[in-house]
Amino acid sequence: MLAPVAILFVFQLVGEVIARSFSLPVPGPVIGLALLALTFTARPAVKQRVEPVSRVILSHLSLLFVPAGVGVIASIDTLSENWGALTLVLLVSTVIALAATVATFLLVLRWTGNGHE
Amino acid sequence: MNDPVEIWSYLSRAPLWWLSCTLLVYMGSDSLAARLGRPALANPVLIAVCAMSAILWTTGTPYADYFDGAQFIHFLLGPATVALAVPLHSNLAAIRRLAAPILAALLVGSAVAAISAVLLAQAVGLPENVVISISPKSTTAPVAIAISEALGGLPSLTAVLVILTGIIGAITVTPLMNLLRIRDWRARGFAVGVAAHGIGTARAFQVNETAGAFAGIAMALNALMTSLLVPIIVSWLLG
Repeated sequence: MLAPVAILFVFQLVGEVIARSFSLPVPGPVIGLALLALTFTARPAVKQRVEPVSRVILSHLSLLFVPAGVGVIASIDTLSENWGALTLVLLVSTVIALAATVATFLLVLRWTGNGHE
Repeated sequence: MNDPVEIWSYLSRAPLWWLSCTLLVYMGSDSLAARLGRPALANPVLIAVCAMSAILWTTGTPYADYFDGAQFIHFLLGPATVALAVPLHSNLAAIRRLAAPILAALLVGSAVAAISAVLLAQAVGLPENVVISISPKSTTAPVAIAISEALGGLPSLTAVLVILTGIIGAITVTPLMNLLRIRDWRARGFAVGVAAHGIGTARAFQVNETAGAFAGIAMALNALMTSLLVPIIVSWLLG
């Protein structure tokens, strides 16, 4: 239990150090993610150790957004002036982005002739 | 027996109280969502946030006091992102095979998310700093905040808009995809990861494991794509 948690923390730490050192636009945890995936290819045993903990964390990913979400209510003042317009913009833009992404994915999938799952 | 008011005033400022409270409220919200059959609108993040805010409002607790405890949960977002390496690696063969649709959908989705947000925000007459703040809304919070700051937006407003986008994406994705009759879990997951980052990814993992893996991939790739595209889009549309 302890080793896989340490692995996740250390990879995040390394990612943060790399991101800061080279002032990269990508956040540290995303770099840590990429490095860990590369490590899995080199050392499959590491993946087996991390897998159970990863599954637990990812199945409760929603929980981790609650503190920041409560902050939305706390900053309702910033929103109060424009909240109707902002919500409308977010709703329409998100639906358009979802549709555009899924349409592009499926179209290119068909063009490249690989429709099977 | 000590005065309960005194005990409360001690506990309400200690991290343990709000940490436990957040966990219990989330567990309650999640089991409520599960009992309702996980319909899109009963999003556990949304229910938990509303319930938690109601508790803070009733007890007159400032957000900073709450966050002293809740930060331990918030902190786990970093390791959770690293943990996405597992589903990413498990799907590596599929990702390689699907490199063309993945890259095309990433480019189009990321651009459409930002361009539509900027154009719509201008159309409803929002001020320029708000338009800038809304432009990186579809990517994960730390990236969006950094972009907003660099372009002259309001980072705290961006943080709020990112969370709201995630909740909106998590709620709308299932009905929208069913309406469009899209059954490919890879495409569904990828779309919600691009448009609604981690909150969308959390939703995808609840619906289908393949969708979750592709959402995670999309979220990670979009962190990179948004930081490349949004500065160009903003200077093009607002310049």
